[in-house]
Amino acid sequence: MSKNKRIGDTIISGVIKVAGFSSIIFLALILIFLLREGVPALFKVPLNVLFSTTWYPIEGYFGILPLFLGTLLVTLVAILIALPFGIGTAVYMSEIAPKWVKGILKPIIEILAGIPSVVLGFIGILVMVPFMRTFFNLPTGLTGLTGAIMLGLIAIPTVVSIAEDALNTVPDSYRQAALAVGATKWQTIWGITLPAAKTGVLTAVMLGVGRALGETMAVMMVTGNAPVMPTKFDSILHPLRTMTATIASEMGEVAAGSAHYEVLFFIGIVLFLLSLVINIAASSVSMKQRQRSERILS
Amino acid sequence: MTENQHARSFPPLFSNIITLMKKWFLLILPVILLLAGCGKSQQVSASGQTSSNAYIQNMGSDTIVNLALAWAEKYQQIKPDVRISVTGGGSGVGITSLINKTIDIANASRQIKPEELQKAKAEGLNPYETVIARDAIAVIVNPSNPIQQLTLEQVSGIYRGLYNNWKELGGEDRPIVRLSRETNSGTHVYFLESVVRLGNSKDKTIFSSDTCLLPSSEGIIAEVRDNPNAIGYDGLGYVTPEVKVIAISSLKSPDIFVLPSAATVSDGSYVISRDLYMYTPDTPKGAVKDYLDWIVSPEAQKIVKDLGFVPIANP
Repeated sequence: MSKNKRIGDTIISGVIKVAGFSSIIFLALILIFLLREGVPALFKVPLNVLFSTTWYPIEGYFGILPLFLGTLLVTLVAILIALPFGIGTAVYMSEIAPKWVKGILKPIIEILAGIPSVVLGFIGILVMVPFMRTFFNLPTGLTGLTGAIMLGLIAIPTVVSIAEDALNTVPDSYRQAALAVGATKWQTIWGITLPAAKTGVLTAVMLGVGRALGETMAVMMVTGNAPVMPTKFDSILHPLRTMTATIASEMGEVAAGSAHYEVLFFIGIVLFLLSLVINIAASSVSMKQRQRSERILS
Repeated sequence: MTENQHARSFPPLFSNIITLMKKWFLLILPVILLLAGCGKSQQVSASGQTSSNAYIQNMGSDTIVNLALAWAEKYQQIKPDVRISVTGGGSGVGITSLINKTIDIANASRQIKPEELQKAKAEGLNPYETVIARDAIAVIVNPSNPIQQLTLEQVSGIYRGLYNNWKELGGEDRPIVRLSRETNSGTHVYFLESVVRLGNSKDKTIFSSDTCLLPSSEGIIAEVRDNPNAIGYDGLGYVTPEVKVIAISSLKSPDIFVLPSAATVSDGSYVISRDLYMYTPDTPKGAVKDYLDWIVSPEAQKIVKDLGFVPIANP
């Protein structure tokens, strides 16, 4: 009997173990696949072509720089939009809002998270694009900023829910202590609660960045997809092209094994590395934070 | 006592494992069914060569997709035992799928490229070309744009980036916003070769880099409808009354400006026009052959005209 129990135990813990390791296995497989398909691009396409400023793949111009900078610029602006709204909403929900308001807000934000990005893209084309053109008096409303606003909307729910969780884990005694020594509500939030939840808030921001970085559909529909180098001061107000939109719109057409195909996978590697760098940066910051708090406690 | 407890706790644990396994099986079941389904549909598609209960998979050019759908619907009314599925995606996607042997007919708004032909030959295929209709590409602007006509060279100049303000072409003082389909579109390739490069195959000019590449015909129509700065191009069948079609003159007679229509394409006076194709992996046989024969018949070519394309045979 106890032998049977042990077998059952082994099976279940085995299954759990496999599930636990599966994400590592998947990641490794994805990485291997990306490298296998994408690295040959480095040998097939001369480096001075690959890192040039012209992207027109059907004639052999494989310059990925405009796409890379386009992604960086759109993501950066998207996070500048999502950060104040996201953290602000999280602080309001966790620290200020009465319980019934929170009860309404939370599900609404979860619904916002569930809206498919292609639907946001449609709204973008029909509402945002004409609005941006007339509001900023631009040649066209298909701009990087339009895409960044869409991405900001997509990233906000992620930032809110994770930042709010982080704020909720701050012990109430912190707030009570701050209020007891005469701090105002705002001083408590800015000086005590937010710094105490810093790690979690940072994770929220980084996940928001990741969400914005990888988003494809909404961006493809509203940024105009012109592979221009975004080097001017006002580039965000002009059409630009991101890496994700390029992969999505061109992958269907390319012949497997062609230079174009491999360059698209190479772009995939670049995206992968970019999100890896962001994750490493996030975890190294949170590690430092933990070490410091451990020092203080000891 | 402890023995008893064990005895009691054993059956629930065991049944737990069974439930767990059931759950796993339920999770995996759809995947198995899906895989089985895929295999099956391929078999049916392969046997689409026989004439009864045939299943024809038709995929490719977004320009042709509406026409192909109209044909498929009509043909299935005439021959209820034939099933035809039509998908868009672009000419490149269609031909790639043909080479990958996942479809029976590829729609293309351009001819197969030499490198694609080579790939097909390497797969043991011998792609067979059928001209199914002709199409005019309309150059479109916003209705509020006073420009009525442009020479072919002026259109080329706009897309090369030589003209950046409508003023330079006799219009208002407004910036020009260039719109184009994505590079996987046959329309894009045709426009590049015949308009931007003016048919000169040695010319290696490409679109001005600030040309917006939009993923769909509808995207181009929407932007041209809303934006008085925009210029775009699209198959005549897609043009809606909310945008303005520009009259174009040819290189030979730059003074005669012609609007696109079935008549001006047929007599050759409107120059931005091209043939539309269907490709089969090999010389068509069975149901696919019957279908293609029907498509070039006067009855099917009438649908071509109804959808704003130009029929091949003189109807």
